[in-house]
Amino acid sequence: MKVRDFAIRSNTRLNDRNHLLKVTPVDNEPLPEMYPGQFVQIRVDDSPHVFLRRPISINYVDLQQNEIWLLIQRVGEGTEKISDLSPGETMNLLFPLGNSFTIPAEKGNFLLIGGGVGTAPLLYLGKKMQEKGIEPDFLLGGRSEKDVLQRNDFELLGTVYCTTEDGSLGEKGFVTQHSILQKKKYDFIYTCGPKPMMVAVASYAQQNGISCEASLENLMACGFGACLCCIEKTIRGNVCACTEGPVFNIKELTWLD
Amino acid sequence: MAGLKVRIGNLELKNPVMTASGTFGYGTEYTDFMDLGRLGGVFVKGTTLEPRQGNDYPRMAETPSGMLNSVGLQNKGVDYFVDHLYPQIKDYNTHMIVNVSGSTIEDYVACAEKLANLDKMPAIELNISCPNVKEGGMAFGTSCQSAAQVTREVRKAFPKTLIVKLSPNVTDITEIARAVEDEGADAVSLVNTFLGMALDIESRRPKLSTITGGLSGPCIKPIAVRMVWQVYHAVRIPIIGMGGICNWQDAIEFILAGSTAIQVGTCNFIDPATSVKIVEGIESYLNRHHIASVNELVGQIDYL
Repeated sequence: MKVRDFAIRSNTRLNDRNHLLKVTPVDNEPLPEMYPGQFVQIRVDDSPHVFLRRPISINYVDLQQNEIWLLIQRVGEGTEKISDLSPGETMNLLFPLGNSFTIPAEKGNFLLIGGGVGTAPLLYLGKKMQEKGIEPDFLLGGRSEKDVLQRNDFELLGTVYCTTEDGSLGEKGFVTQHSILQKKKYDFIYTCGPKPMMVAVASYAQQNGISCEASLENLMACGFGACLCCIEKTIRGNVCACTEGPVFNIKELTWLD
Repeated sequence: MAGLKVRIGNLELKNPVMTASGTFGYGTEYTDFMDLGRLGGVFVKGTTLEPRQGNDYPRMAETPSGMLNSVGLQNKGVDYFVDHLYPQIKDYNTHMIVNVSGSTIEDYVACAEKLANLDKMPAIELNISCPNVKEGGMAFGTSCQSAAQVTREVRKAFPKTLIVKLSPNVTDITEIARAVEDEGADAVSLVNTFLGMALDIESRRPKLSTITGGLSGPCIKPIAVRMVWQVYHAVRIPIIGMGGICNWQDAIEFILAGSTAIQVGTCNFIDPATSVKIVEGIESYLNRHHIASVNELVGQIDYL
């Protein structure tokens, strides 16, 4: 773990609520190895209402450019301030934090299911799978077409299926209603997104005997196991989602009990 | 070079900067960010006789310049600490001090006895001020009689430096401070968190599973400074001051109000290296003001 200042290289507005920030260390030191599912804690300065850092998934790591990509959704004052940063401005990051998704050792059928801004860590996971010669399927959900983010980037890594609640893109409905789940037998599902979606995905995986990992977004203060605020109830008792997660195998969780 | 050494009971600290229990894990969580040997001491997570799972999620709510927590003393119990955690932390080049909590006086005493046997455990901090447990905790720290009683019994069982951590959720904190001083406490640390509450107005639900929780961070600092100042004028034992300290300026303010040493708490979450930066800041302040020892500053307010 390190604390470092990063410069904003670019800030691209993806829709009315989401921004893609590409950031690079100010000191130009090469980025350390980072794993898909890990996250950063962004310090937000000059706001009395924003006291704690904001935990944000690592969306992608471009080692050639020495860049981390961060997908930011405007949900409150903290993420508003981060979204408003301009190229050349800096932000302070605590990183990399947390565990990672398990990259399969053997080939098989892998499905990465994300909802809304929860698709963020799945891009880097897909990239790491591609490096191992795996071409996963992606199932991305959103309220409408504009909420399904980075479709073009995902299409470079595998086959992309979509659902939208209004039917403006892909099949109408929720991710768990998509027809691909009836047509194709998957060996492993990875998911990140709103909790009700992840619970539905976990339930589908469990009923069909499919291994499944979910990335949690519990509220947290520190991000490195000191405050004990972000706990998740597991079969081993309460554990910190920031250090023992954010990725959990659904067999460890108590969601479906 | 200004002198940074201070004394708390029988404990000599290389400098007055320590980290507050519950915000610093067991120290090991912070070794990526600093050399713990640069600190005066580290107060590790609140420890109880039996393991505790703590309270349900959600346990945290951000508030203006602060946060509420209701962790509820999640820890694996004193035996696990002695067998598994103490061996990992005992050789850090600083004082590692356990914060002891309990539901009954017997629990406190049994826990203190086990810790008294550890060679490299020079002190304990008696937590009679946790607002997040149903039994014990703050209940002991809000009446003079119970604060005195638990201090008296633990004093008998623990011969080394005994620090009692006081609750600010009382009418007059000086009465409690005097009560524990009279029973043989070597020092008091103050303040623990303030009982607070926050609501989500859309769902109308409390933001914490326990409804109320402990407020910490810079938002409590002026109240904590006031309480340190009051206690400084009420007792003779040293005070370890805390409450929203985020930088060396805050630390000096607490020292001027009457703290012999200070603890950095919630700000460790935002900048994990806050405490070592404060050590450096205090030293340069002393040099700039030509003060030979930090002890000369304690309680030295100029009232005009």
